[in-house]
Amino acid sequence: MAVLSLKRKLSILSDAAKYDASCASSGSSRRDSVGGSGVGSTEGMGICHAYAPDGRCISLLKILLTNFCVYDCAYCVNRVSSNTPRARFAVEEVVDLTLGFYKRNYIEGLFLSSGIIRSADYTMEEMVRVARTLREVHDFRGYIHLKLIPEASAGLVNDAALYADRLSINIELPRDESIASLAPEKDARQIRKAMGAVRLGIEEASEPARVAAPPKYAPAGQSTQMIVGADGALDGEILSRSAALYGAYGLRRVYYSAYSPIPDTTSRLPPARPPLAREHRLYQADWLMRFYGFEAGEIAASGENLDLEVDPKHAWALRHREAFPVDLNLADREQMLRVPGLGVAAVDRLIALRRQKRLRLEDVRRLSRGLKTSKAYIVVDDWRPTRLSDQADLRPPPQQLSLF
Amino acid sequence: MRVVRLASEIDFAGWRLAARALRSLQAAPDDVIWTVDGEGDLFGDEATPPQAGPPAFTVPKGFLDLAQEVALHRSGERFTLLYRLLWRLGRQPELLGLASDPDVARARDMAKAVSRASHKMKAFVRFRLVEDAAEETYVAWFEPAHRVTEATAPFFQRRFTNMCWSILTPDVCAHWDREKLTFSSGADPADAPGEDALEEYWRTYYASIFNPARLKTAAMQREMPKRYWRNLPEARLIPELVATAEARAEEMVRQQPSEPTRRVVRQAQRLSRDGSFEEGAPATLEEVTAGADFCRRCELWRDATQAVAGDGPGRARLMLVGEQPGDQEDLAGKPFVGPAGRVLDEALEAAGAPRAQIYVTNAVKHFRHELHGKRRIHKTPTAGHVSACRWWLDAERRIVQPRVIVALGATAALGVFGKAMAVGQSRGQALQLPDQAQGVVTYHPSFLLRMPDAQAKSEVYAAFVEDLKFAWKLAS
Repeated sequence: MAVLSLKRKLSILSDAAKYDASCASSGSSRRDSVGGSGVGSTEGMGICHAYAPDGRCISLLKILLTNFCVYDCAYCVNRVSSNTPRARFAVEEVVDLTLGFYKRNYIEGLFLSSGIIRSADYTMEEMVRVARTLREVHDFRGYIHLKLIPEASAGLVNDAALYADRLSINIELPRDESIASLAPEKDARQIRKAMGAVRLGIEEASEPARVAAPPKYAPAGQSTQMIVGADGALDGEILSRSAALYGAYGLRRVYYSAYSPIPDTTSRLPPARPPLAREHRLYQADWLMRFYGFEAGEIAASGENLDLEVDPKHAWALRHREAFPVDLNLADREQMLRVPGLGVAAVDRLIALRRQKRLRLEDVRRLSRGLKTSKAYIVVDDWRPTRLSDQADLRPPPQQLSLF
Repeated sequence: MRVVRLASEIDFAGWRLAARALRSLQAAPDDVIWTVDGEGDLFGDEATPPQAGPPAFTVPKGFLDLAQEVALHRSGERFTLLYRLLWRLGRQPELLGLASDPDVARARDMAKAVSRASHKMKAFVRFRLVEDAAEETYVAWFEPAHRVTEATAPFFQRRFTNMCWSILTPDVCAHWDREKLTFSSGADPADAPGEDALEEYWRTYYASIFNPARLKTAAMQREMPKRYWRNLPEARLIPELVATAEARAEEMVRQQPSEPTRRVVRQAQRLSRDGSFEEGAPATLEEVTAGADFCRRCELWRDATQAVAGDGPGRARLMLVGEQPGDQEDLAGKPFVGPAGRVLDEALEAAGAPRAQIYVTNAVKHFRHELHGKRRIHKTPTAGHVSACRWWLDAERRIVQPRVIVALGATAALGVFGKAMAVGQSRGQALQLPDQAQGVVTYHPSFLLRMPDAQAKSEVYAAFVEDLKFAWKLAS
């Protein structure tokens, strides 16, 4: 095989990594390079160092160690049966690239994933070696996110957790049956078991120290990713799957990735891709579950899809007109959070302000961005929406479809 | 009219001293002009020298932090606005809480812009390696939106402590020599290196990580405003990436699904011959463990992590049957490792029954639960779940061949005896089972955990230990 230049490898192996949605670099333990010999810090908040024209932030050097893979997952560009160009980094190459980029302030750290070569354990060991070299040889204190291979042995997972800030295992698809049919070498049960083991590890490490502090274990927690639109699961089913995952494994995030056309596709997949808006609505719905006190079933029942035209909170309000209008001078926080157009920050600012004065429409205009939406659902001293229940036009007006 | 001359554009200490004196002198905001040394002075009035001295008044917590940030804003009115706020705070101590007041809102907006500028500086500074330097040295040219260089430099100091670096800006330059942070006057773009060999790699990465199928340039520009582009090595790629995106995405869609190579097809055929799963009654405990994990006799598998089969020696005189795995058991894949397990261990020790010689399992192998917010709360399995799962419990009984089986709680009793039993009435006695074994019913350890009354709890615990002791004796 021809020897590939480092630049060519970087191009192939970052191209292959772009289908991983996560790029968070936040929520880890605070540390810096004072008193050490290398570079790096994490100060709680993540930093996005650049944005690509797809609107996604670039925070980490997100690459695969290799895109050779023995698995044959239909939705993945790196499946063994695909004819995509292949490459493989040496451990030192990844380490040098990470440090070189980091010292020039291009990135917050490394997000390393990999195709499966030889065996799960062999691959996992190579990935751990990258993280260990960065931490131990170069005293690198930036952020490291390692993708776990569910079939890897427990000892390797422990090693990974020692060096990484965040671990993630992709749940891949919302239904176990679709994993079995589209990713024949993967096993939904094995994926869940691995997530369970990581949660136990995190909890053990965060128990109050009895003798000595326990070794740190993935201080930025674990996350997962689900591909949307590659199987028949509707949004309601996806959301209840996410809720179950949050509950069972204490995940920081579930990422949704709209199945997007990949180069060199296979006939096992649906020909049409889901609209990007669907992914966006799922993120909004996920946000509602995590920060707004909504239950999965309230947002979409299991046989339902989210409304693509209105955001899920607005859709809920349209279905529950009896809960409105909400008097912002009297309502409790939970009720206010359910008003379309009011976010968590706006609600908290309004609550702080109403301790000092009665709220007027002008206050809401200054403290929130969504007055246009929220106006129909709120009561303040100088404002009351009239005939809300009769208004049919609360939905945004339908848009003329354009000819393709 | 009073004129205050501050030492520099970010002379917050000077502003503070002067403002303190002016407010003590009852100088109204409209009568004060703030200038920075070197700036022309419109009125040529007598300047007011800042006066030192103890402050004659206090300001609410939060005002100083806000003011310090606002002072870094490039707006010419910043010092005037801050003094007006300070003046108004004298009459309205709660002023800062009125987020909708125009002055407060303006100050908050300015503070937000400053903190955003500082954040963007952390993000968009791009260091270049200095060629032929004795030590590894990096230099960056950067144009911050506001005067945040001094305030942000410590961040780079903490992050790149063991590296020599300089950040040059038009206002001021920051230098770190691995020991001391120093500042010098503003510089020129030509003072920084013009290239860095690694930038070509960084651009390669930037171009490859971009997914042409999802073009969202507005989202990009919101977070990476154009004013920063000229100092970002990757930004020069953007026009071309945007222009060719649509064509590249269409090309991917147009592409016919490709056929895998012959080697891959042969390999797949070989694999599909192995590993088929046949269902027959399990003959070993390993088969029970593996089989229960695949079990679809009821729907509980769907939200559980794994089936939790029994744990213990392959032949045991005593078998304990619980209700179902809990949250911890579901994650760990072993029965009785959570809080109830600790109660059980303690009671077994008190009863003189060694857990290592006992086979411990559950009537239902998957965790039935309900989500309450983000927590999984135990939910009692139904008779349907119990009877669906009896296939596995019966297999374990057949293989382990215990002399005595203890059912912990009503659900377990239903699984072991096949009929509903009241625990309080049937406990503590030997009951004949069809398969030569004897059955004993007692409480479930988590029943003890839920009892609020300490007196009742210790009575039940004593009875529980008594039952275990009885069963162990019966089995010996």
